[in-house]
Amino acid sequence: MLELLITYPVAIAALSLLITNYQMRSWLLPLSAAPHLGISILLVCDYFPSYGNWIGLDALSKLVLITTSILFLGCAIYAVGYLDIRRDRGNKVMVPCLLIFLSAMTLAIVARHLGLMWFAVEATTIASAPLIYFNYNRLSIEATWKYLLICSVGIALAMLGIMFIAYSALGVADPISLHLDALLQTAPQMSRPWLHAGFIFLLVGFGTKMGLAPLHTWKPDAYGEAPGLVGALLAGGLTSVAFLAILRGLQLMTAAGDGDMARQALLGMGMLSLLIAAIFMVRQPDIKRLLAYSSVEHMGLLAIGVSMGGIATFGAMLHLINNALTKGGLFLTAGNIQRSFGSKSLNEVRGAIVALPISGTLFLMGFLAITGSPPFGPFISEFTILRGIFASDKMIIGALVLLFLAVVFIGMGATVLSATQGEPGDQPAQFFDRPLLYISPLCFMVIVLIIGVYIPEPLQAALHRAAALLEVQP
Amino acid sequence: MMELTNPILLTVILINYFTLGSARLGACIRVVALQGALLALLPLATHGVTGHSLILAGGTLALKGILIPWLLLRAIREVRIRREVEPLVGYVPTLILGALTTAGSFIFADFLPLLEQHNTGLHVPTALATMLAGFILLITRRKAITQVLGYLMLENGIFIFGVLLSESMPLLVEAGVLLDLLVAVFVMGIVLNRINREFSTINTERLSALKE
Repeated sequence: MLELLITYPVAIAALSLLITNYQMRSWLLPLSAAPHLGISILLVCDYFPSYGNWIGLDALSKLVLITTSILFLGCAIYAVGYLDIRRDRGNKVMVPCLLIFLSAMTLAIVARHLGLMWFAVEATTIASAPLIYFNYNRLSIEATWKYLLICSVGIALAMLGIMFIAYSALGVADPISLHLDALLQTAPQMSRPWLHAGFIFLLVGFGTKMGLAPLHTWKPDAYGEAPGLVGALLAGGLTSVAFLAILRGLQLMTAAGDGDMARQALLGMGMLSLLIAAIFMVRQPDIKRLLAYSSVEHMGLLAIGVSMGGIATFGAMLHLINNALTKGGLFLTAGNIQRSFGSKSLNEVRGAIVALPISGTLFLMGFLAITGSPPFGPFISEFTILRGIFASDKMIIGALVLLFLAVVFIGMGATVLSATQGEPGDQPAQFFDRPLLYISPLCFMVIVLIIGVYIPEPLQAALHRAAALLEVQP
Repeated sequence: MMELTNPILLTVILINYFTLGSARLGACIRVVALQGALLALLPLATHGVTGHSLILAGGTLALKGILIPWLLLRAIREVRIRREVEPLVGYVPTLILGALTTAGSFIFADFLPLLEQHNTGLHVPTALATMLAGFILLITRRKAITQVLGYLMLENGIFIFGVLLSESMPLLVEAGVLLDLLVAVFVMGIVLNRINREFSTINTERLSALKE
């Protein structure tokens, strides 16, 4: 079934090139996203065997797979409405690229061979470049070029990291293989210097893709210029996939008994991400760039969460889901707001709640959720991460994280409130709420709210299993 | 075939210098194509003629030696750019920088805990030197096309290191990696063309509207 999950989006992408009817082509997206989610749920619930040498699901990838699949379905439904009002730009590129992007993300999630995973992650870079360039103007081309070049170079370094890891196994295992399971078994005997170097390059490479500071420079540009739905997929889906790739490296280091060093590196980058995000979010006049820096912040939180271990790792796993869905909802509604005001800058955007009652309210709710206000899910996950930090007696780090989160709350709040509150200017509104364009963010926010109030038992068990994979095996 | 590796790797290093010191884009693309073609020989020279290394060599030659350079040459023909004028850092300083990093790579490789059979070969220092030369090109040049060349040289450097462990990479994955590279360069070529159309230049310093 896993193979099917990867191949059929590509087949539908090819099919989309043959279809001439505009609306029908757009509807291919939700029509292929829905079975993707269906099969993913069946796979995650172990209705089909899903463990192989090349591709397979473990507790970590199950979590990422289901999150990405839900996010993609939401974005696909939004895309139908979005592409309908963007007939000027057409959907001949968007639809196949989104489907290939879905396929590449799925492959990257389920890959259990480091080389295969690398191939899939690089494929996501290439498939998403045309998506960022959707608007065909000077700014979007600049963003695309930066994204393409920085991420390609970053991913190339990740390849070097994978080769270093292979080199560290040279002489231990014969023949050396890059299958994750084989590597995890031989990890204790691997050559340490090469393994360490390999992990660092892996972290730098996939960290670029994930947008950890100081490798995040492409992020505000790409997220800012891409259409809202692409921003949602990148910030919610792709970052989670890149994070999973880094976690594979962490698993290896832990298996080799050097998890502490890996955790320190993650902690350093996580703290730096929080700091940079906090600095750039204060007085940020552009709502989409604001969201991009918020994404940097939450990547930092994820890194800090897994670096602490224990309960904080559990928090990070939960935060991965929360961040993906909340950020997805935020980007989709930000796209609606941008459409209505013809701008994403605070100079023009005022009183979004009056102009767009549903999207504006959802945007405000998304802001409250992502900054960790109760009763939304991110509150629980951020609180758990903080509890983990204080439980491991790292008072200074805990205090700093709290400080940065407070700065982010104030900075983001200032921008979001002045965008949503007040009266809109007197220019005629160009766009009103449409069901197709607010149903997905609404669903995302409902899920995030449910997680905030009550985490179902199966999810809790799945999170514990995923966190356990990152702990030291006795 | 073993005695061939060192001449190949030395030529690869000389090509690094050429790209660092030359202003003519067409010539740069052609020598990077030559570098790719030489790299195609490397698996054969290192591991002898086996099925795996033959296929790898063929794929590398086709992509790095022929297809990708052809794409790039077509791209510069379309945008009618021949020379890299006013690099951010002059040619002589970049050459000196290149020489320094190459020397550094050789010294650094001596300190690396390499396996015995790799201690004497030139693979590791050449890989490092080529990667660093690619980085220098990426950083010091303004033209988008030269940055693509820098990316290709970076990939070439990684490839040289990968040859040491080519048995660990199944052919399927190798093919995938090469395919990714090809499509990436193809997409970069398209973007390049768009940059030229929008800005009437492919100088990347014009791409500076997005900042805080």
